[in-house]
Amino acid sequence: MKEQFTISIFTENKVGLLHRVTIIFTRRHINIESITASESEVKGIYRYTIVVFETRESVEKLVKQIEKQVDVFRAFYHTTDEIIHQEIALYKIATSSVQNGLGLEKIIRDHHARILSLGQDYIVIEKTGHKEDTKELFDSLRPFNVLEFVRSGRVAMMKEIDNFSDTLHELEKSYQ
Amino acid sequence: MKDVMEKETAKIIESEKNKTVVAEKISGAEAVVKCLLAEGVDLVFGFPGGAIMPVYDALYNYQDNLKHILVRHEQGAVHAAEGYARATGKVGVCIATSGPGATNLVTGIADAFIDSTPVVCITGQVASPLLGTDAFQETDVIGIVTPVTKWDIQITDANEIPEAFAKAFYIAKSGRPGPVVIDITKDAQFQQMEFKYEVCTKIRSYFPKPKIDLAKIEEAAELINKSQKPFLIFGQGVILGQAENELKSFLEKSGIPSAWTLLGLSALPNNHPQNFGMLGMHGNLAPNKLTNECDVLIAVGMRFDDRVTGDVKRYAKQAKIIHIELDAAEINKIIKADVEIHADAKEALFLLTNLIKPKTYSDWINQFKELQKIEYDKIIKHDLYPNEIGLKMSEVVRIVSEKINGDAIVVSDVGQHQMVVARYFNHKNTRSSITSGGLGTMGFCLPAAIGAKLGMPDKQVIAIIGDGGFQMTIQELGTILQTNVAVKVIILNNEFLGMVRQWQQMFFDKRYSQTEMINPDFIKIASGYGLEAQRVTKREELDSAIDKLLNAEAGYVLEVRVEKEDNVFPMIPTGASVSDIRLE
Ligand SMILES: Cc1ncc(C[n+]2csc(CCOP(=O)(O)OP(=O)(O)O)c2C)c(N)n1
Repeated sequence: MKEQFTISIFTENKVGLLHRVTIIFTRRHINIESITASESEVKGIYRYTIVVFETRESVEKLVKQIEKQVDVFRAFYHTTDEIIHQEIALYKIATSSVQNGLGLEKIIRDHHARILSLGQDYIVIEKTGHKEDTKELFDSLRPFNVLEFVRSGRVAMMKEIDNFSDTLHELEKSYQ
Repeated sequence: MKDVMEKETAKIIESEKNKTVVAEKISGAEAVVKCLLAEGVDLVFGFPGGAIMPVYDALYNYQDNLKHILVRHEQGAVHAAEGYARATGKVGVCIATSGPGATNLVTGIADAFIDSTPVVCITGQVASPLLGTDAFQETDVIGIVTPVTKWDIQITDANEIPEAFAKAFYIAKSGRPGPVVIDITKDAQFQQMEFKYEVCTKIRSYFPKPKIDLAKIEEAAELINKSQKPFLIFGQGVILGQAENELKSFLEKSGIPSAWTLLGLSALPNNHPQNFGMLGMHGNLAPNKLTNECDVLIAVGMRFDDRVTGDVKRYAKQAKIIHIELDAAEINKIIKADVEIHADAKEALFLLTNLIKPKTYSDWINQFKELQKIEYDKIIKHDLYPNEIGLKMSEVVRIVSEKINGDAIVVSDVGQHQMVVARYFNHKNTRSSITSGGLGTMGFCLPAAIGAKLGMPDKQVIAIIGDGGFQMTIQELGTILQTNVAVKVIILNNEFLGMVRQWQQMFFDKRYSQTEMINPDFIKIASGYGLEAQRVTKREELDSAIDKLLNAEAGYVLEVRVEKEDNVFPMIPTGASVSDIRLE
C-alpha cells in the first residue's frame, strides 16, 4: 500500500549532492512530492526533507541507497503521524480588492495568518501550517482574487527526542 | 671564530634554501601527477586532448616513475584500468580529455560501478569561467557520470587537488569498491599551488566497514548447525574482501556444498570437492536445481542478480536465507534475508567457522553429484569432446585450460563464449577470471586483458573473445603494438552475434534479425598491427595452434572458426525459475 513518507537526509554541503540524491528517486520512477534543503543544527551539516507517496518497502530500499552515498551521513523515513511538519505559503492580493469590505482581517485572524507586506498596490499574506490549512486559506481568499500563490516544500522534525549529534555519535560506534 | 660564523651562516642559508624547496609552488597539473605517485600509482591509461594537456605536459617529466599507456579509444582506457584493478586488487587509473574524451569513458565507468571495480578516472574540463557556456568540448561530465559513480568531484581550484585525490583513492578502494571521477578545469591545472599530500583514512560521512553483530553470527551458526541441506553461494565479495581462505576453511569444516556467481569465479579452485559450479542462467544443473531444495541458503558477498535468481517469486522459497554482505543496500533488496549479516565476508566467515559443527552431508552431496552426472552425460561430455565436424567453443576452452593447468588469467568478453569460458575453464588461483558481469559490456575483453597483463606481467593472460565483441574495441590492438603487451587473443569466430542468435532461435522463431556478421580478415588485421596470427578451421590443427599461442613471447592472435549455429546449455529462460533450468 502506498502512503505518504517524509524522508530526512543529513548530508555534507557539496556541489552536486542534491542531484546525486534526487536521481536515486528518478531512476526508480518515483515522483518527489516536495523537497527542501537547509543547514541543520550542526554547522556544515545539511538536511534535506523529501516527501514521497510510496510503499514502505520501496521507501526502505530508497533510504538505504541514499545512505550509501559517501557524502550522506544518515537518512530516516517516517510516516506523517511520526513527525511534526509545516509548510509556508504566501498569498498576494491586490490592495484595491480589499476595499469591498469582505472582512480580510477576520479571515487572516481565523486562519492564524499574518500580513507580511502591505503596499499601495498589493498585500502579501503569510501562513504556515499543513498543506490543507494553507489550501483552506487560499480558498477563503478567492473572493479577493489571489494574484500569486506559492507554497514551500515540507519541513519536518521527528517526534522522537534524538538530535542529530547523538545519532552521529551512535553511528560512529557501529562502524569500525 | 670567523670560521664558526661562516659555518653558521652557511647553515642558515642552507636551511632557508630547504624552506623554499618545501614551499615551492607547482602547477595543479604537476600536483595531479604527484598525487598519483603518492598513492603508489605507477601505471595509468589514457588519451590526451585540449582540456587535459597541462596534465600530459606534467606527465612528460615523470615518465620514469609513472608509465602512461596510450590507448586507441577512451573506452579502452577505462576497461584497461578495470582489468588492471581486477587482476591486481589495486586501483586502476585512467585519464581523458573533456567532452568526447570524457563521454567515451562512460560505458567503462558504468561497467566498473556495477561490478564494484576500483577505478579513478581523471577528466580535463574547460576553464572555470567557461563552465556552462557550451564552450568547445564542454560537457557536464559530473552530471553524466553521477548515476554510475561511487563518488565524483569537480575541481576548479588547484588547492583542492591533493585532498580530492586522497579521498578519491580511499573511496574507490574501501568498502564496496567502485569508480570515482575527478573532473579538473584547465585553469586549475595551470594554477600554481603549494603541494602537500596526506593520505585519506577516514571521511566523516562515510562508513565503509560495519561492526559485526555477533548475535547475528550466532543466529546463523545455529541455523546452519540444525540444517540438513545447507548450501553456500558466493560472489565477488569474497575476492574483493580477500576472504578466499576463510571461505575454504568454512566449507571444509562445515562440509557444505557451494557454487559461485559469474564474478565469484576463481575465489575457490574449480577442482575443490565442494565446488559445484556456476549459478544462474547458463550455470550448472545441480546448483540451480538444488537452490530450490536446500533448507538453508548462505549467500556470501553476492547481490542476487536476476541472471542468478531467475524468477525471484520462485527462488529458494523453502530455505532460510543467511545473507553476508558488506553493502547494506544489497541486503533485502532482491531476496529477503532471514539472518542479515551486514559485514565484511572475511570477518563474518571467520567468526562463523568457529561456531559451526563439522558435519558430513553425504545424501545431500550425492544429490549434487547425481545432477552433475546428468549434466555431464547430456551436455558437458559432448561440449568438451564433440564428435561432429564443426569445432565447438567449449573444446577450445577445454584444451586451453588443460594446457595452462590453472596458472593464467582468463579474460572473456560477452556472449556465448563468455558463458562457455566460465563453465569450462578450470581456475586454481583467485583473481584469475576477469569478465564484464553486471553490465555485460561487449568490447570489454581486449582492453581489460591489456590492463591485466600490464598489472601482472609475469602471468599468462588470455583474452577469449567473440567475433562481435572483438570488433567493438579492435583498435586496442594498436595499444598492444605500441606498448608491446603480450596478451594472447583467441577469437571464437562463429560469424554471428551468437548469444543474440541463440535467443532468436529459441524465442523468436529463428528470425535472425541483424545477427549475422560479415567479418574482416582478422589475421590480416592482426598482421597489420604487427602481431603474429593464425586461423584454425580444423580440429587437427587446434592443439598445436594453441601451443603456439601459449608459447609466443609477444602478443598473439588465434582465430578459431567454430560452429556457426551452436547453443549454450543449460539455460534458464528469462522469467523461469532456477529449478526450470533446461538442458536443451
Ligand atoms: C555493447 C553491447 N551491445 C550489445 C550487447 C548485446 N549482446 C549480448 S551478447 C551479444 C552477441 C555477442 O556476439 P559475439 O561477440 O560474436 O559473441 P558470441 O555470443 O558469438 O560468443 C550481443 C550483441 C552487449 N552485451 N553489449
